[in-house]
Amino acid sequence: MDIRVQEAAFDLGAEANAFVARQSRMGAVVTFTGIVRDLDGTSLNAMEIEHYPGMTRKALEKIAQEARDRWSLGDVLIIHRYGTLHPDEVIMMVATAARHRADAFHAAEFLMDFLKSRAPFWKKEVTEAGADWVAAKDADEDALTRW
Amino acid sequence: MDVLYFAWVRERIGVPKERIDHAPATVMDLVNDLRAREDRYAVAFSDLSALRVAVDQELSDFDASLAGAREVAFFPPMTGG
Repeated sequence: MDIRVQEAAFDLGAEANAFVARQSRMGAVVTFTGIVRDLDGTSLNAMEIEHYPGMTRKALEKIAQEARDRWSLGDVLIIHRYGTLHPDEVIMMVATAARHRADAFHAAEFLMDFLKSRAPFWKKEVTEAGADWVAAKDADEDALTRW
Repeated sequence: MDVLYFAWVRERIGVPKERIDHAPATVMDLVNDLRAREDRYAVAFSDLSALRVAVDQELSDFDASLAGAREVAFFPPMTGG
């Protein structure tokens, strides 16, 4: 299990390759990548991501452990950035390794659903008009009930 | 006990962290103590359904006990990912 919370950018391809390389007897790796999306109609100057340093790592470990308890996984990787990011920059990635693809797919989706609303990150969008905190969506909270 | 604020809660209250010397019994008691201080607290804590709380870095509830707690954090619903 590899969990990193960092300000620096990371190389998605290198991370995915390294993750695959350190598995053995795993038939499937699923990766998900979150990217800063530009806004419709107005242009996003920056996205500022705040987090709760004392809690973030623990919360991510708890979510990853929960995934390992539910599915047969060989490994889990979570990298999540904070600080000031710009449109099209990579915010975060998860990778899951399993013997078979269903476990890897389900676990990756589970990780993302819980990361959205149970990991202490907050996003603020900065545009020409000013800065606004991104509100949590009811749909994100609802997504947890399916697990 | 340290009280931490994040995102718009931090902006509305104006500090990221402060220490309180008394020991409220529950999170709700702490909220009511803070609300009584100044308007900026009353405004930040006006709608608890818009807030989440963590006690000692674990998500918790407003009716949770603060016995032995060292750190309480208030913040809006999280937007990770």
